[in-house]
Amino acid sequence: MRTPSGNRVYGIGAEYPSAASLYEAAKRVRDAGFKRWDVHSPFPIHGMDDAMGLGKSWLSAAVLIGGCTGLLTAALLTFGPSWFIYPLVVHGKPIDWKTVPAFFPIMFELTVLFSAFTAFFAMLIMNGLPRWYHPIFNWDRFSRATNDGFFLVIEARDPRFTEGEAQQLLEQSGGRHITVVHED
Amino acid sequence: MNGATTTVPDVIRGEASSSVEKPLSRVPLVLNKRNFSWITERITGVIEGPAPRWWWVSFAVSTMVAAIGLFCLGYQISTGVGTWGLNHPVGWAWDITNFVFWIGIGHAGTLISAILFLLRQKWRTSINRAAEAMTLFAVICAAIFPGVHVGRVWMAWFMAPLPNNYGIWPNFRSPLLWDVFAVSTYFSVSVLFWYTGLIPDLATLRDRATSKIKKLLYGIFAVGWRGSNRNWRHYEMAYLLLAGLSTPLVLSVHSVVSFDFATSVIPTWHSTIFPPYFVAGAIFGGFAMVLTLLIPARAIYKLHDVITPQHVDKMAKIILLTGSIVSYAYAMEFFVAWYSGNQYEKYAFYNRILGPYWWYWWVGMLFCNFLAPQLFWFKRFRFNVYVVYFVCMCVNAGMWFERFIIIVGGLHRDFLPSSWGMFHPTWVDIWTFVGTFGIFLSLFLLFIRFLPMIAMSEVKIVLPEADPHHASPGEHHVVAAGGKERT
Repeated sequence: MRTPSGNRVYGIGAEYPSAASLYEAAKRVRDAGFKRWDVHSPFPIHGMDDAMGLGKSWLSAAVLIGGCTGLLTAALLTFGPSWFIYPLVVHGKPIDWKTVPAFFPIMFELTVLFSAFTAFFAMLIMNGLPRWYHPIFNWDRFSRATNDGFFLVIEARDPRFTEGEAQQLLEQSGGRHITVVHED
Repeated sequence: MNGATTTVPDVIRGEASSSVEKPLSRVPLVLNKRNFSWITERITGVIEGPAPRWWWVSFAVSTMVAAIGLFCLGYQISTGVGTWGLNHPVGWAWDITNFVFWIGIGHAGTLISAILFLLRQKWRTSINRAAEAMTLFAVICAAIFPGVHVGRVWMAWFMAPLPNNYGIWPNFRSPLLWDVFAVSTYFSVSVLFWYTGLIPDLATLRDRATSKIKKLLYGIFAVGWRGSNRNWRHYEMAYLLLAGLSTPLVLSVHSVVSFDFATSVIPTWHSTIFPPYFVAGAIFGGFAMVLTLLIPARAIYKLHDVITPQHVDKMAKIILLTGSIVSYAYAMEFFVAWYSGNQYEKYAFYNRILGPYWWYWWVGMLFCNFLAPQLFWFKRFRFNVYVVYFVCMCVNAGMWFERFIIIVGGLHRDFLPSSWGMFHPTWVDIWTFVGTFGIFLSLFLLFIRFLPMIAMSEVKIVLPEADPHHASPGEHHVVAAGGKERT
């Protein structure tokens, strides 16, 4: 979709006066059946995931895999050298299962280390970050999204998107400064 | 400083005559009904304004002290560990004391950021950023000491399990190697946790930046954050998981540090109460350092509405609680020494209070760590910043003395009276330790100059209007007699 001036349209956005009004608007947009839309706020709003119809984040599954990898790495790292490559019998500890608890601290630490790195990088990857350019930054009011502004944007890519209907929905839900955001 | 006053919220005063049972109201976490943009303006204002003169003066002094410390490290590395006062029988002294001291300080930051987050303690939001930064800088200072204590620093990579052409591997059953893993994991995870929390605030700084270079730098580190709820969803999960991972991690780190001692045979060291005793001591000393840094920062930048008397009060209570745990451990050590019937153990504790290092115990452990925090039983002392500051200074010093007594007290009179001796620090010992304070303060001053020292996006959540069910004055919500909301 293009504007009369020839710019491609990214979507249509509105600003809301409060977290509460953004929350109510999100429920209406969800119920209207839109799929490609988002809200922007300076802090996470409690209950917004449900208001947008989003489920629980499955980032925890990635972290579980990361943690298991860490545990396995630590097991290989401790058993490999201590039992096979470079067997050491020190402070009376022979090479048998009874002395395995001495490896637990390292297993614990590496489990935590791998889980934490997985949590961080999975968060970035699942959010599509780092992404230093985004069409939404073309909207001059949008810089308030990291200060005290509450925004809702419906993308033009949404199959249900028509400019008239989206604009009407945003107006009815109390949106202000309704703006067509350009792609470039 | 208006630290000595408390505010009664308006809610308590008004409408009390209603016959309806009202829920108990809480003192607000942000005072004077500040709004979102006030928080942004006030906290970014610290960074965006010109550096005040006090900042330049303190930064100059800190970097000079840090430079002295770095010179001492260079001298020690180029000459040898003999420049320190270590000798038989005291082979661990100030170096390991300083290591345990600094790493312990870090624990308060993780406790605030992770454990209090899991416990849904919303007051943590005002202090967690600065406390986590303190953690990182304290761990950097801590890591210096065991690093250079190995003697030939260029061989320090042998601590890592790297395949090498000598075919040598570290001993994975050694607490010293556990320490390498624990401290390096702790630092890495703390950096990730801190940076994850910083991303939304870096985006705020990016959007407010006036010069191109600031926009570029804050922009790069903000990774293109745009406050999208589809992003917040994964972000909040990541933050929760990092908190959940950091919680057992922080408890493990000082436990592992205590294993360095507890698994040995030295009297006063080989004790099973060491892990909880050390963890409680770490949180105790760490909270004192958090207050040491935040009380002046709050006064200088006029942040009393965000770091309120309530915050200081709660931290003082944690100091009292952990101080009591530590004091109990002190008492229990004496009891166990007597009850064990072990003559070396009994002598070591007799020596602790009446031996040549007697005053370290009387001043450091008894007065600073046990008696001084008792003031916090009284509300008016917890609300008096001068008293709080005095107690924190006592605890800062007391925790250093405690580690010194444990380490040197155990070593200097061991099993063979013929090898008894004393520890005498050299000027290199002293100035290296002083130098780490310079490093710590320089890093902290840089932090408050370039990064938001209060987590803006988190403090905004605790404002009433952040609640999606909050009725703003313009929206005609009416609270009926039954407490049900009607629009």
